[in-house]
Amino acid sequence: MQFNREQLLEAYRSMRTIRDFEERVHEEFSGGGIPGFVHLYAGEEASAVGICSHLDNRDMIASTHRGHGHCIAKGVDVPGMMMEIYGRRNGVCGGKGGSMHIADLSKGMMGANGIVGGGPPLICGAAMTAKYKKTGGVAVAFVGDGGSNQGTTLESYNLANVWNLPVIFVVEDNGYAESTASGWSVSGTQLDRAKGFGMPGVEVDGHDFFAVHEAASECIDRARNGDGPSLMHVKLNRFFGHFEGDAMTYREEGEIQRVRAERDSLKIFRARVTEMALLEDAQLDEIDAQVAALIDQCVKESENAAAPSEADLLTDVYVTY
Amino acid sequence: MAKKSYRQAINEAIAQEMRRDENVLLWGEDNAGGAGAKGEDDAWGGVLGVTKGLYPEFGPDRVLDTPISESAFVGAAAGAAATGLRPVVELMFADFMGVCFDQIFNQAAKFRYMFGGKAVTPLVVRTMYGAGFRAASQHSQCLYSLFTHVPGLKVVVPSSPYEAKGLMIQAIRDDDPVIFFEHKVMYDEEEEVPDDPYTIPFGEANLTREGDDVTIVALGRMVGFANQVADKLEKEGISCTVLDPRTTSPFDTETLMECVEETGRVVVVDESNPRCSMASDISSMIAQDAFGALKAPIKMVTAPHTPVPFAPELEDLYVPSTAKIEAAVRATFA
Ligand SMILES: Cc1ncc(C[n+]2csc(CCOP(=O)(O)OP(=O)(O)O)c2C)c(N)n1
Repeated sequence: MQFNREQLLEAYRSMRTIRDFEERVHEEFSGGGIPGFVHLYAGEEASAVGICSHLDNRDMIASTHRGHGHCIAKGVDVPGMMMEIYGRRNGVCGGKGGSMHIADLSKGMMGANGIVGGGPPLICGAAMTAKYKKTGGVAVAFVGDGGSNQGTTLESYNLANVWNLPVIFVVEDNGYAESTASGWSVSGTQLDRAKGFGMPGVEVDGHDFFAVHEAASECIDRARNGDGPSLMHVKLNRFFGHFEGDAMTYREEGEIQRVRAERDSLKIFRARVTEMALLEDAQLDEIDAQVAALIDQCVKESENAAAPSEADLLTDVYVTY
Repeated sequence: MAKKSYRQAINEAIAQEMRRDENVLLWGEDNAGGAGAKGEDDAWGGVLGVTKGLYPEFGPDRVLDTPISESAFVGAAAGAAATGLRPVVELMFADFMGVCFDQIFNQAAKFRYMFGGKAVTPLVVRTMYGAGFRAASQHSQCLYSLFTHVPGLKVVVPSSPYEAKGLMIQAIRDDDPVIFFEHKVMYDEEEEVPDDPYTIPFGEANLTREGDDVTIVALGRMVGFANQVADKLEKEGISCTVLDPRTTSPFDTETLMECVEETGRVVVVDESNPRCSMASDISSMIAQDAFGALKAPIKMVTAPHTPVPFAPELEDLYVPSTAKIEAAVRATFA
């Protein structure tokens, strides 16, 4: 596929925003500014952006507990996300959801999810809505390698095929589920699993935006054309622990440094577009500066923002009381 | 006697039972930490390290990791229990019970009854419950009431390290399926715990304070809160009994009724939501069997009927506080 400059700049901005957002949340969490559980997506940017850059507001995605990257790639308001992670009243979920539950249905983001394997069944439902209402929309379920073992995921493969739903299942395989290696916990291969359900599958290097984008393009076209679900097995790395505070005893010595040096999707992207003279370093540097300023502002505003008030505790449980 | 944390007490109970009985096996997510990891000493022992050290001691035949597939591994534990093993499984956060609810309430809980008494299911499902971790709606619920509702399950809610050890050993030796609720905020709480194995029988409430004026019935983490309130009010001349049921199923109604007869005033403190809860259940037992002894309406102190919020300010309001318990006790004199 041919990209114009705008699209490339947009993709870079999105990946850079995810990276900076995550690095900064890491920092602020270590400093005690952020409450709760935080699972960082840094390192996996090319997957979220490579896929979501095909999508618009008709299209729904369901995410995982590691949801910030998917949210940003799908266009959820970044300052609102930061507010949410801080538990502020002006957060995208009013401070009630926090990092693990960020959602914005108006942007086609059905939610990060605290339950591993919670997303795929929901996305079958979103796909049914799109199909029934003929919106032309598709639905994408992100799961981890760990989540790929959940019955809900496998049942969803079957259901999506039986109902011929416009679904893309994306298995983001960062090699671990918490401390458990995917090489140990996943029997067979993701592609064989897809085949077992009669579903096309493709494996892709998740550090390469262009590879992800191209693979996604086929799957999404298939879904939009009414030809049913497919599966993407995206292989990538996460730069941080499972959750913030994880000592990562289960990872090889020097693994993260190596991954950061050799498999950094942002560096790979930059090298590629500048070598091919599609973009110039200066343009990318400008985006870096803009994103840095945005994230700075998000943190400052979040720190100073108001908490929910006591009355908020009892609202939003039902539509009508 | 050495001081031990709630976490250590549970760990020691499981270790001692594994040494005593080779049919006791342990499985769950990230127990071996994980199976592909570097050294045995690095084994996680579950996400909050409760079973750390057991993998190095008992090895891969008895301490097993599982994929993230609760229906399969909890169901497998039920099947193994019915066929001769005594599995202890960690189902990380109680909220995740949703994934495998069928295996627990349609399968494990009912084997004995459906099979005309011809099965035992010596299964322990350990799980973490409770708010206070800033973990929001899907990692903070207090779900023991839900399991208490299901006949065939035994439900344990230990309130301290000492209680946790004795109840865990009892749970592992018990021939019925037991759901063992550990409060995630209590893991580092310490008290003196005997080194030798001991058991605490199910269905026997514990009176942590004895008084004449008010009975505070409290569960799990709320027992500590109730004790603080009782200590404070003692100085003002209000003397409280604090009753810790220890197990919600079976439930010690006898001791409850004795306390109510003696004091005539009752406050029930339960971290779960108020509807169809242990608080409402205990209140209804009292209303049925000891109404005549009541000098004041029963007071319930519970979380509100909402999911657990994320924002720290809201979560702090969500959890029943000592101030709310104190106010409820005072209200029984109004
Ligand atoms: C039903 C359920 N079981 C267990 C957990 C605890 N848990 C949260 S994330 C996680 C690992 C998920 O691994 P994976 O799906 O590979 O995603 P990754 O963390 O690698 O992005 C586990 C076990 C959970 N949240 N929900």
